[in-house]
Amino acid sequence: MKTTLYYKTKKIGINILIHLFLLSVAITCIFPLVWMVSSSLKTQETIFRDTSLIPKSFHFENYYLAWMEGGFGRNFLNSIFYTTSVVIGIIIVSSLAAYAFSRLRFPGSNLLFFMFMAAMMIPIPGSFVPLYVLLNKLHLRNTALGYILCMINVGLSTSIFLLKTFFDKMPKELEDAARIDGCSKLGIWWHVALPLAKPVLAVVVIFNALNVWNEYVLALIIFDSKPLMPLQVALTTFQGEFITRYPLLMAGLTITALPIILVYLLMQKYIVKGVTQGAVVG
Amino acid sequence: MKWFLRSIGLALLSLFFINLSGCAPQTSGKTANITVWHWMTDREPAFQELSKRYAAKTGMKVNFELYAPSDAYTQKVRAAAQGGNLPDIFGVLGEKRDFSSFVKAGHILELTPYMEEEGSAWKNKFFPKALAVNEFIPENTYTVKPGIYGVPIDIMTIQMLYNKDLFKELGFNPQKPPATFGELLDIGKKIKEKNMQGLVSGWGEVWMIDCFANNYAFNIMGQDKVLATIKGEVPYTDPDWVKVFTLFKELQDSGFLANGLVTMVNKTAEQLFANDKAVFAFNGSWCVNVYKGMNPKLNYWAILPPQVSDKFPMSIWGGAGSSFMVNARSKNKEEAVKFLKWLTDADQQAFLSEATQNLPANKDSVGKIPHILAQFAKGMDFATHPSIWGISEFSPVIEAFDKGIQSIIIGEKTPEQVAQEVQKIKERELAKKR
Amino acid sequence: MRLKSSLENYIFVLPAVLIFVIFYVIPFIRVFQLGLYEWDGILPTKIFVGLDNFKEILTDKIWWQSMWQAGYITLIALTLQNAVAFLLAWACDREIRLKNFYRVIFFIPPVLSEVVVGLVWQWILDGNYGLLNHWLIHLGLPNLARNWLSDPNTALTTVAIVHSWKGFGWGFLIFLAGLQTIPRELYEASRVDGANAWHAFKNVTIPLMIPVAVLVAILTILGTMQAFVLIIAMTGGGPAYHTQVPVLRILASMRGSSRFGYACAQGISFGVILMAISFIQYRFSKHARQT
Repeated sequence: MKTTLYYKTKKIGINILIHLFLLSVAITCIFPLVWMVSSSLKTQETIFRDTSLIPKSFHFENYYLAWMEGGFGRNFLNSIFYTTSVVIGIIIVSSLAAYAFSRLRFPGSNLLFFMFMAAMMIPIPGSFVPLYVLLNKLHLRNTALGYILCMINVGLSTSIFLLKTFFDKMPKELEDAARIDGCSKLGIWWHVALPLAKPVLAVVVIFNALNVWNEYVLALIIFDSKPLMPLQVALTTFQGEFITRYPLLMAGLTITALPIILVYLLMQKYIVKGVTQGAVVG
Repeated sequence: MKWFLRSIGLALLSLFFINLSGCAPQTSGKTANITVWHWMTDREPAFQELSKRYAAKTGMKVNFELYAPSDAYTQKVRAAAQGGNLPDIFGVLGEKRDFSSFVKAGHILELTPYMEEEGSAWKNKFFPKALAVNEFIPENTYTVKPGIYGVPIDIMTIQMLYNKDLFKELGFNPQKPPATFGELLDIGKKIKEKNMQGLVSGWGEVWMIDCFANNYAFNIMGQDKVLATIKGEVPYTDPDWVKVFTLFKELQDSGFLANGLVTMVNKTAEQLFANDKAVFAFNGSWCVNVYKGMNPKLNYWAILPPQVSDKFPMSIWGGAGSSFMVNARSKNKEEAVKFLKWLTDADQQAFLSEATQNLPANKDSVGKIPHILAQFAKGMDFATHPSIWGISEFSPVIEAFDKGIQSIIIGEKTPEQVAQEVQKIKERELAKKR
Repeated sequence: MRLKSSLENYIFVLPAVLIFVIFYVIPFIRVFQLGLYEWDGILPTKIFVGLDNFKEILTDKIWWQSMWQAGYITLIALTLQNAVAFLLAWACDREIRLKNFYRVIFFIPPVLSEVVVGLVWQWILDGNYGLLNHWLIHLGLPNLARNWLSDPNTALTTVAIVHSWKGFGWGFLIFLAGLQTIPRELYEASRVDGANAWHAFKNVTIPLMIPVAVLVAILTILGTMQAFVLIIAMTGGGPAYHTQVPVLRILASMRGSSRFGYACAQGISFGVILMAISFIQYRFSKHARQT
């Protein structure tokens, strides 16, 4: 009996410590979010003057203004379109490649994989100009397709790397069973490998969605027409060369953060799936 | 395999749809439209209004397209220049050297003939210094054919500002701003004593340090010696330059510079000054609008930086704030020039100035501007700008100069050390050139 | 048969390779070419200078200083950020209260815009009105109060810590995904063997997490070495050169001084160094796993 009590108190003590640690980190994470939302409800005059987190008066109209003046409607849809297209594209293209690098044998596979890895390492900040000239020649400049393909390329290497690491780690038995059942290689990839890789696929989705959602420099450079611009470009409306309209900017940033948080909420379910079926650990 | 083919088909189909929706309404080539790329977020509504007025008057449609922030705008213009996709009217941001490259590459139309027709009617509308920024003078070192290549839209000057209320709190007469550098240092001591914050400015973005230092360089050694230094005839180790560097040490030691000034961006500086948290600011005329938005009751005034010597006049940076250029390869260049002529007419300039609180480039429009803005306009008499010198310092030298001053302020280096380092880089660049 | 199988296998990598060649390799070759020229990015004339740009990089003191500084930030991110990320993921992998809440909260920093992060942290770290100094003074430690971002002694470390804070969510997420794929039976088996929590951790969790840790480490190195937006938002690379990093130098060459060719050369050498680091790290960890 004594020992159970001892273990119980020890466990409670450890749990309290863990919670203290988690909570203290959590507070630092929530604080900027609260600041952003609270700032979005203030006015240009009060935003830096009244530093309390609860504004004296709530200016919800900032959200309306931000939406209307930024022309969010169209840009919002564009961003959703770009993000979903790029993410779906990356998932298909990179998981196929990663699966091949992890499981299939073909001449030059190592060389190819290292090339992708190298691409991940070498940032080419000067590449905007060559990329622009190239898109121009391919008649893909100022088209959504050109932008989507460029953005797929941006996320490709890292996604392949992430996926390959996890494919390597996965047990091969299930795939062997499927092969005996007569599944083709593509069938195994789709029916066995991908479902097993759900947690890491979710990471890939979040990683790339955030990347595309926040991109605006490439969009600004290759698009010459407003109706094609993504959401982030609308946000720059509030950050003038001289005047930044902080409350509208914060309202706009809050609006833009919401869909990404939603994607994260949807995806993290897959990351943590299965834990409930598992035993209590520790 | 069947499955795979199906998914490939699906992918191609979706690509097709993407492509369809990607077909943006292209500007049709039938009616001559003028396209303007600009970066001035805060002027966008005013530009749209002016575009409407112009369409009502002439039937010509002018598309103002905003691409901000200015960093991205610069990249876009450069990329478009490489791809041959520049619009009819655009702006070149950056230094005069970049401007000269655009001219030499044949992207920019020379406007001198238009400016000088009908007895220079167009040319005479502008503040001469606003035009000078867009001009390449005879025998300029950029090897550009002398002439005017841009149309100034508005002008700016950069001056020192002080908060009258805080000035009073410090025990000084708010109607009597400091007139000499010595007074500035005395005020600095008082600020330190009272534990207040002195000068705020965007000295983290280095060009504003350059501007401040140049003001005093002109005051100490005069324009000729500054230009001689750029030409490489006078070293940065000259006692006069060391004196310029030393000013920053003196300012810091006295307590005149706000805490954290070396990494401060101008927008932060504006926040602090607008909210009565700093006694002095060093800022451009655009700030009038910024302060008005953040704190309409802010009680402040603009002055020239107090002089340190009476050998040469104090001078400040000023001239064109923003300019437009006409694409030399555009089919609509005549229409584009006509539009810019209209845009810089007194009426339109007055409208722009009123709507955006910027100083108009057209000198006939300066009647109706607010009191404080008029004070900035007065600064034009003392204005100079690196863009009108006809010669430019090497970028690495400018960088070493500005970063060196940051090092002096944080107490890492002495003025003499910085002077030597800058000179070393200057000599290296000169050697490369030869 | 073998050939057919090989060809079939190529189909898997074909789409990736196509996109990669068109949108990465071709611009990359162009950038490499430009690295051999002196060009301002505008003029139609480019002057061929051979390897001069690369030679100049070797003697560019500020470039190497910025490289070391990026390395320092990376070192802090590798240790502090990933240790915190792992501990948090490990805690959230257990059956504890509020774990769903924590999982959501810990991913807020990566989602937030750099603009907000920059503004908030500037406000916390400000030398005059900052929260941190306010607390330090109240806790009776006024000597520690300082201007965190513009004091050359603390600027770099402060930037590194804020960067780690912004990025730990990624490590957390990947570690969590990794921990989740560890079959629960393994823990149970080790418990049946009479092992306590610590032993289960040491014998089951750690060995299985090494590949994931390698992955996180490489991603951290790449992410941190290439970080610059947050640094611009916080210090602009100052005071003087104390928070400069290579990407900021490349941007400065490209925009500030209009030396496009030199910027391209800088980009290439930076990439080669990153590749070397990652390769050594990869080899090292592979070796460690095999022994």
